[in-house]
Amino acid sequence: MVLCALSIFGIVLLIFLELTRQSHLAWIKFGFHFFFQADIDPYTHQPIYWDPVNGHFSALPFVYGTLVSSFMSLLIAVPLAIGVAIFLTEMCPRVLRSPLAFLTELLAAIPSIIYGLWAVFVLVPLLREYVNPLLIKYLGWTGLFDDTNPTGLGFVSAAVILSIMILPIISSLTREVMTAVPHSQREAVLALGATRWEMIRMGVLRNARIGIVGAVILGLGRALGETMAVTMVIGNTPEIHKSLLSNGASMAAVIANEYAEANGDLHRSALTEIGLALFVVTIIVNATARFLVWAVTRGAPARVN
Amino acid sequence: MNDERTTRAGIRAVTDHTVTFLAVLATIIVVVPLVAIFVYLIYKGASSLNLDFFTKVPKPPGEVGGGMANAIVGSAVLLAVASVIGVPIGIAGGVYLAEFGRGTRLANAIRFTADVLNGVPSIVMGVAAYALIVSPHISFLPFTGHFSAFAGGVALAIMMVPTITRTSEEMLLMVPNAIREAALGLGVPNWRSVLSITLKTASPGIITGCMLAFSRVAGETAPLIFTVLGNAFWSTSLDRPIAALPLQIYVFALSPYDDWHRLAWAGSLVLIVLIVLAVSLVRYVTSRGVLKGTS
Repeated sequence: MVLCALSIFGIVLLIFLELTRQSHLAWIKFGFHFFFQADIDPYTHQPIYWDPVNGHFSALPFVYGTLVSSFMSLLIAVPLAIGVAIFLTEMCPRVLRSPLAFLTELLAAIPSIIYGLWAVFVLVPLLREYVNPLLIKYLGWTGLFDDTNPTGLGFVSAAVILSIMILPIISSLTREVMTAVPHSQREAVLALGATRWEMIRMGVLRNARIGIVGAVILGLGRALGETMAVTMVIGNTPEIHKSLLSNGASMAAVIANEYAEANGDLHRSALTEIGLALFVVTIIVNATARFLVWAVTRGAPARVN
Repeated sequence: MNDERTTRAGIRAVTDHTVTFLAVLATIIVVVPLVAIFVYLIYKGASSLNLDFFTKVPKPPGEVGGGMANAIVGSAVLLAVASVIGVPIGIAGGVYLAEFGRGTRLANAIRFTADVLNGVPSIVMGVAAYALIVSPHISFLPFTGHFSAFAGGVALAIMMVPTITRTSEEMLLMVPNAIREAALGLGVPNWRSVLSITLKTASPGIITGCMLAFSRVAGETAPLIFTVLGNAFWSTSLDRPIAALPLQIYVFALSPYDDWHRLAWAGSLVLIVLIVLAVSLVRYVTSRGVLKGTS
């Protein structure tokens, strides 16, 4: 029985060992530079990021793509999620609370392949026709939006679908953290004559701050590792461009696309190294987040989300 | 002085109303994509759901017709393999956490690690399963060396274990202590009381926890891409690549054929109906109070 419980540790160790073993080749050949540098083509003086045929491997475009899409999705999702959480805990009439909470939970249960399917056939055309031209027209002066990519795929689409996917996690954890704040805090602020928003701001959010940060980091962890929906909308081009509307690639997406048909041990080993980096980063991010949430809810069993 | 106070009160009231409006707006913005996805899925998928869908294999690209029967059966096979490996380990782990190790630091560490493991992207599990089973290095073990349904089952089992451990621990913790004390008072040894009495009382909850794990794992595509590889034909053998519903949806969605797109929508509808049923059932059972009565 103890052995079965210890299997959790065993699983983590097993994954780590297998990933390290498989990526050994790439470690020897590239070392840590794999993540920061790329070989430069001697003829064009441009960096060659990912050329499996000639053996040039650099994870830089994938790291860039993962970080950009994840942080953009956080930008969109966090205000919405906290707004929903505030509405559901403090403002919602009791009758609506249960169905709405159920709906947001349902968002979390939808498999990512279905999000990807919907994104490819509905979201991307919508963004391409209506939103991207507006972005180019009004925000083009920032240099972050240009019209070199008319397909509608790219970081913006990936960020939107990612934000829809991480919203329920952030919102349900924020709700949990907000309900863990004792009522006495709320009543004290109200007794001093605060409006409802001031009560929320001073009584609840201030106490739940740490937990909300934890919830956001957990959402980030999910966004970093999200594979299927991102693969289908990010465009899968291992290049780095300044425009947020350009195609890109993400770490999980390149593994999903190229692993089954990797040509050669070095290619597979490089992909496994990307997987190892993903594993380590998500473990650190998730551990930090869980610790922060636990610090506020103090040991009540965490949700299995 | 009075003027300033009334202006301040006015600003505070306006802020309060603005925030309320923004919060309602946020909720609407969140609910809209969910409803949109469901409605669109039903609209696109329902017309393609006929008997053919559930009984036929996909036709070659370009030909009209065919179904996803092999993918549905394949998913069931994978789920069965994953359960056989994952459910016993998970429940046993949950029993340890709730009964024998309650409050110990080891139990806290295991619970924390299980939660962290839940957040690891599923593709990493797939890569680990590939390195462990698919890449040929041990020749005398069965199932190794090639893509197989077994490898995919193992990847899914690795994903199920932390979920089942946590939910069965939670369910076991909900069993009232009076039951355990009654058993001990009658002289039943601890292991026996756990097995025959506590587990039995918590079994509806544990089963719903397993269903939650199933529904989560049934929709996973990433770990299957390079462990089971997918199969366009009918196959239930554990030793060969097998079709799986989410994998088939992925392949069809990215293909250029309209008929395959149609099948992908129908498959998604089936998948999401199953998942919604499972989640609703879990929520109904846990909210009703699983352990009313001790029979």
